Amino acid sequence: MAEETTKLICITCPVGCELTVTHEGKKVLKVEGNQCKLGIEYAKQEISEPRRMIITTVRVKGGFHPLVPVRSAEPVPKEKIFPILKELRKVELEAPIEMHQVVLENALGTGVDVVTSRSLPAS
Amino acid sequence: MFEKQYDVAVIGSGPGGLAAAIAAKEAGAQDVVVIERDVELGGILLQCIHNGFGSVIFKEDLTGPEYAYRFIDQAREVGVEAMMDTFVLDLTPHREIYAINKRDGMVKINARAVVLAMGCRERPRGALAIPGFRPAGIYTAGTAQRLVNIEGYMPGERFVILGSGDIGMIMARRLTFEGAKVERMLEILPYISGLKRNYVQCVLDYNIPLQLQRTVIDIKGRNRVEAVVSAQVDEHWQPIPGTEETIPCDTLLLSVGLIPENELSKKAGVELNPLTGGPYVDDTMQTNVPGIFAAGNVVHVYDLVDWVTKAGLLAGRHAGEYATQRRTESDRKLRVVAGDNVHHVIPEVLDPSDLEREPLELQFRVRRPVEAPVWVKVEADGELVKRKTERYVRPSEMIMVKLSPKDYDKVAGAKKLSVRVEEKG
Amino acid sequence: MDIKEEYKEVKGKYDVIIIGAGLVGSIIARRLSQYELDILLIDKEPDVGTGTSKANTAIVHAGYDSPFGTLRGKLVVKGNRMFYPMCEELDVPYKITGTYVVALTDEDLKTLEKLMENGRKKGVPGLEIISGEEMRRREPLVNPETTGALYAPTGGVSDPFMLTVAAAENAVMNGTDLMLETKALDFVVEPFSLHKKKVAGVVTNRGTFLADVTIASAGLYCDELMEKLDIKYDFYVRARKGEYYVFDKAKKGSVHNVLFPCPTPVTKGILVTTTVHGNMLLGPTAYELKDKEDTSVRAEGLAELREGAKRLVPSLEITDVIRVFAGLRAGGFLHDFIIEAPAKYWGFINLAGIESPGMASSPAIAEYVENLVREQGLELRKKKDWNPIRVGRPDFSELSPEEQAILIEKDPRYGRIVCRCETVTEGEIVAEIHSPVPARTYDALKRRTWLGTGRCQGGFDTPRVIEILSRELGIPPTEVIKESWGSNFLTRPTKDVPEGG
Repeated sequence: MAEETTKLICITCPVGCELTVTHEGKKVLKVEGNQCKLGIEYAKQEISEPRRMIITTVRVKGGFHPLVPVRSAEPVPKEKIFPILKELRKVELEAPIEMHQVVLENALGTGVDVVTSRSLPAS
Repeated sequence: MFEKQYDVAVIGSGPGGLAAAIAAKEAGAQDVVVIERDVELGGILLQCIHNGFGSVIFKEDLTGPEYAYRFIDQAREVGVEAMMDTFVLDLTPHREIYAINKRDGMVKINARAVVLAMGCRERPRGALAIPGFRPAGIYTAGTAQRLVNIEGYMPGERFVILGSGDIGMIMARRLTFEGAKVERMLEILPYISGLKRNYVQCVLDYNIPLQLQRTVIDIKGRNRVEAVVSAQVDEHWQPIPGTEETIPCDTLLLSVGLIPENELSKKAGVELNPLTGGPYVDDTMQTNVPGIFAAGNVVHVYDLVDWVTKAGLLAGRHAGEYATQRRTESDRKLRVVAGDNVHHVIPEVLDPSDLEREPLELQFRVRRPVEAPVWVKVEADGELVKRKTERYVRPSEMIMVKLSPKDYDKVAGAKKLSVRVEEKG
Repeated sequence: MDIKEEYKEVKGKYDVIIIGAGLVGSIIARRLSQYELDILLIDKEPDVGTGTSKANTAIVHAGYDSPFGTLRGKLVVKGNRMFYPMCEELDVPYKITGTYVVALTDEDLKTLEKLMENGRKKGVPGLEIISGEEMRRREPLVNPETTGALYAPTGGVSDPFMLTVAAAENAVMNGTDLMLETKALDFVVEPFSLHKKKVAGVVTNRGTFLADVTIASAGLYCDELMEKLDIKYDFYVRARKGEYYVFDKAKKGSVHNVLFPCPTPVTKGILVTTTVHGNMLLGPTAYELKDKEDTSVRAEGLAELREGAKRLVPSLEITDVIRVFAGLRAGGFLHDFIIEAPAKYWGFINLAGIESPGMASSPAIAEYVENLVREQGLELRKKKDWNPIRVGRPDFSELSPEEQAILIEKDPRYGRIVCRCETVTEGEIVAEIHSPVPARTYDALKRRTWLGTGRCQGGFDTPRVIEILSRELGIPPTEVIKESWGSNFLTRPTKDVPEGG
């Protein structure tokens, strides 16, 4: 397999290092431009299987607000984002809600839970 | 009208206010209250449901509400009082606060020290004076964020976002997640004004077309937005004829910057810096009015909430010390000024003797981006005190340079400290 | 709008129907409400005063410029005298600031002489030409080349929209029926005599309403109604667009006088003035167009404003702008008001071409119309219990802390601030929603309370106002509108994503 280079911007932290990644297919050979080691990990992940956080809301019955924010506990594969969002639209929780209550366990087989990201009292 | 006495009263319960209240308590203040106009503590963080907060303070990747709750919980633990759904109408130079709410009516609070933590507001469209109609469907990004995330309603289905600030980019992704289409993002500057990582994960990831050096020159639609007209701009931001494009959409979102919210500060006689829109502060975050401190985005707009928290901790600690009479005087004789390619520096004035005891941080923003290594130099009356390298500088990212007690000798007798940015080589 | 069969069903019978609840229509309604008459006031929009009345320069003209010998010239002078007492009765803000026409050349001074002569002939009190030096003393920011100015002490500023609301409210208090979202589609015309037909009522989208006298006060739309009755004048109605800049109250270098440039035949020119609420205002432009709903602001219009205003105040900087807007006024070829009972009809009074100085003239117009009503055979008997006094609702931001405390104690909703920049409370908003001329849209509330007009331009209050309107009107938030049909704020609940989305 031929060696190729891909330009990436690391999103691990707000610095946003511009990475130049040399790789053979999904195998990373070299990472340049990173200011810390998280950049290397990011590059490896991004080249092999890009992942992103899911951040959205779900409906709440009888809550202080009509929605509660939720997040994936870890990043999920990019292509799973929209299917998981669709699942989450079907969810309706009942207030009161605890912080980090599980909303969707092992979302679509990703091994990642979706959890609430705040507590919410009843109305 | 009922009256109450507090050691420290904090106006606003966003990250700056909460941190200030906690720090004031920890500095020994007995009665500390935060006054919040919304129905719950946390400020705007509660609607910022995305992740990316806390990397500096917690070394974690938290969402806005998670970040806020860390401090809400801590404030409760240390015994900070909270007045919610309460709006401050007036603040006097003698630290008398007049506030109202539904439960108590008019309340007068006499505070030994006050921390201003009102945060910032979004630049509105009227000030931009875009020609065209004035229909429904024009929102600032933050208002749209509140509608979508808190109130649970969509402000539109097809969006054009003007400006590439962080909230605009975050909203581009958020709206896409909720089934809306972002037709375009337009940025008048030749570079993105928010963080690069937001560009990657909010804009690039969802193939949202972002165009630089373009702006909105006309809004179509009598009742509801039907289209906007964009145009290329020249180096003076003037539209170039012949470059117009009509973009059909039902909503225009504005993400064109934030301004510190200081109407209340003015009432108290707090002097504002026209460059930042925030109060002039010293190294203890005290304003020109004794006993009135300022914390966070009310001073200047930060790009990371972590810095807001740090500023709040600093302001709160000093407010607590002021209230408990441990320190009421300072010798603010050293002015800090902006040199080459520096927009402004916080603090604007300092008491050099503070540096003898503890390190202090100068925070500044540049005027122009430099995508190459630069020197950041701090000089006392022209003599180099400190220099450090930055790999690049961008107006969107705040830069900090730390002075330590061993720099004290160099600045002690100086009249003026200046910060400048110089390209290397 | 098509005239459906159901619209022809007779829903009511009145002595007088007034079409158009703008400033003039509302003041006519109020004037007639002092008599034993059943009156119906209708407007096609969800609020009163949404045409010319809501977006104009808000000047109470002294009346020196409208030509001697015209109806307009007569009514403005009389109207100006009646105007301020009317504001007192209706609790509407006004300031008798006096106005200045600023001359920049010696040629202009001749124009001032002519204007003064014209004004004096008509009986405008107190007119005086002051020197350039005196003008600069009174307004230091005025162009240093000023050669003199015509000072009219009876000129002033008011709030035309609030005047419309107050007048309509006072009419309603005195028994007038007000129907909004009610559009006059046609007239009921019956045989009357050999030479005349009788206008016996109006067909609307809410049914047909009969009346002995029908008054058309339709502003920009007067020609559409005239067409139905085949009434023609020697002019056609065109919309004349006026664009404006509004500045923050706190703007440094604001002008606090009403300054006119020397007039041209078409327009009084671009003014620099201060609204009764304290914001500096530049405008209007004068741009004729066919589309009566085109309230878009043109880039060239704004450029014209900047240029025009700088002639009067060269130091003016276009910073701290909080809003640009455009209003439409009736323009035409004939420069006079038409207020008459057309000869071929009985029971019909037509008002057309009421443009500037319509606000100052309004009380005199109403008096004039009253006489025409009498001529149409209606007997006008005074009501015993007519109450000319209308009291405005509390403006929280204008009260002392003690008064504010009392108000919150009475109604806790005054303790919740909805608009932070203009300090508007939930209590005030709810009061306006349930007032005699109810505010049922965001803009209706904005015009009554000034919410959303401050620095943040509605960023803070919009979600809160939508919530309150939804709750008080008993409609879903998605049905809350900004101004007119189709101006909905919200499209759907966040989670109701359409399939495929």
